[in-house]
Amino acid sequence: MTGNENPYLPELATVMKVIDETPNIKSFQVVFNDTEKMKNFKFEPGQVGQLSVFGVGESTFVINSPPTRMDYLQFSVMKAGEVTTALHGIYEGDVIGVRAPLGNCFPYQDMKGKNILFVGGGIGLAPLRTLILYMLDNRADYKDITIIYGSRTPPDLCYKDDLKEWEERSDVNLILTVDNEFPGWEKRTGFVPTVLKEEAPKSDNTIAITCGPPIMIKFVLQGLAELKFPEENIITTLEARMKCGIGLCGRCNLGHKYICKDGPVFSLKQLKELPSDE
Amino acid sequence: MADKGYLPKEKIKEFVEALGKDAAVYAPCLEGDTIIFRQYTPDKEISLDRPANTPPKGAIYPQCETLLSFEFKKDAATPQKMDVELKANTDFPKAVVFGGRPCDAKGFTVIDRVFVNTDTADPYYKKRRENTTIVTKCCNGPYAGCFCVGVGGGPASREGSDVVMTEVEGGYYLEAVTDKGKAVMSLPMIQDGSSYEAKAKQANEKATAAVRNPFPADAKISPELFDSGDFWERVVDKCLSCGACTFLCPTCYCFNITDEQAITTGERIRSWDSCMFQHFTLETSGHNPRPAKYKRFRNRVGHKFAYYPEKYDGAIACTGCGRCIRYCPVSVDISEIVGYLKDPKADPKQWAADKKDAKN
Repeated sequence: MTGNENPYLPELATVMKVIDETPNIKSFQVVFNDTEKMKNFKFEPGQVGQLSVFGVGESTFVINSPPTRMDYLQFSVMKAGEVTTALHGIYEGDVIGVRAPLGNCFPYQDMKGKNILFVGGGIGLAPLRTLILYMLDNRADYKDITIIYGSRTPPDLCYKDDLKEWEERSDVNLILTVDNEFPGWEKRTGFVPTVLKEEAPKSDNTIAITCGPPIMIKFVLQGLAELKFPEENIITTLEARMKCGIGLCGRCNLGHKYICKDGPVFSLKQLKELPSDE
Repeated sequence: MADKGYLPKEKIKEFVEALGKDAAVYAPCLEGDTIIFRQYTPDKEISLDRPANTPPKGAIYPQCETLLSFEFKKDAATPQKMDVELKANTDFPKAVVFGGRPCDAKGFTVIDRVFVNTDTADPYYKKRRENTTIVTKCCNGPYAGCFCVGVGGGPASREGSDVVMTEVEGGYYLEAVTDKGKAVMSLPMIQDGSSYEAKAKQANEKATAAVRNPFPADAKISPELFDSGDFWERVVDKCLSCGACTFLCPTCYCFNITDEQAITTGERIRSWDSCMFQHFTLETSGHNPRPAKYKRFRNRVGHKFAYYPEKYDGAIACTGCGRCIRYCPVSVDISEIVGYLKDPKADPKQWAADKKDAKN
């Protein structure tokens, strides 16, 4: 945490920039009002934060900028409920609250020297983005980087500037897809799990990291199993309704684990060892 | 300081008022037919006749409390800019919980493991807990639904208490369990208790022997039956999802956080919540990991008897106080349900067959 003894006390932060990512997703670049705290702030890729709109409430979002670029912290928000709608009404210069970092991170140290396969859908690219940018900033530590990313339609693709840059890089293999044909779209069409199957990336010395809508994750996990990825090499990051973000309020549990504190990052192997609500 | 003493019955009021000299005393007060923990004032009637309808949980963990207050501030020199000022108060007065039962005191130790013994301790609960002295009345015997000995407690258990009082002829035999408790023993109305020690011991042994244990010794929960949807659907069919069980539970601690605002000021409020409510886990997208009543109920029982013990070295997050059994409007009995789960002969197939019969 930002050094507050009271884990419920947010750090005041100013929104420096608002980016319209898609028709219903905005990104917010924020800095803490306390410059000392901003300077000393540490987090790891995959960790999350709680954003407060005072008077409306708090919600959990991943920090999707990487720890290698600390000019600001970026969060992306899909307009869906009360807090996210209030956040979409935030302007540059407005003050919000941030409680961060919360939760665990991707096992990015253990991924060194390995091929990395990212499989993302929609706003599920947000948690992958922090790790992708971290790896690109430490490119020599990792072998082949493949990103399969899709959304319903081309306007729904997030981080279009990043996608453009990754597409141009020779050391990243980016495969973009949208669900159906769309005027002006000349790249692939088809659901992400189908594209994964067609691409059939090798599982040797490869870690797969996936995030997206639950239905996409379900079929991506099946696809990765067919490609013979061992369960411990399949990593995902979960969400659930959360309030406290520190493992106390009791609602985001999977058995004795709390997604907010013990997660949000789990390997498929870990998830299979936990009781399911199914 | 003495760690044993005797308090004559007629001195109870005087004792409670002495405890309240520099602290807020929460005591079981009679309101109509109900005994409920209230902050004691001289107009209230304390009753130690039976366990209170509510546990004293709210004395340390209030049903609603302010986590932060915020104020929007504007400087006329920069009219475009709105500043926010945050305040959090964790400075609480001293308190005493008087007249709870051993199951109630043990309830605080269940919450302590989650709220205090962690790297992200809850400062509100922690401070109130440190500031509170717990003076517990041992039970003379079991009440309907009680099963404290089945979950490692007992009618004279000291766990969580600073002082325990045992009813003896004409009054109470008092024992200090902690240093905080020893300070209580120095109050002037506490008399020498040595002649009551043996009798108190006898009374406690008799009470302990009378409490039922609904679970076979050392029995483990059957994972197959725990996973069986048929079992859960059958045993919780009548549950109304009203949440009374969780609100009356001395160990349930799940909470909600909400903001309230009026013009330029507001508060962030924490309130007890209930895992029995459908909204508890409902996500904005409409997805709900526990949409069915039986899944919520399984999670509640799982939390108390499987998940919590897994995390905290076998400790059970149920103290057997029996309130959820006594006050359930449709008589769902958690001890009966856990009894089925711990039955060595537990057979999920039997429940699938039973369910079929019930439907016919």
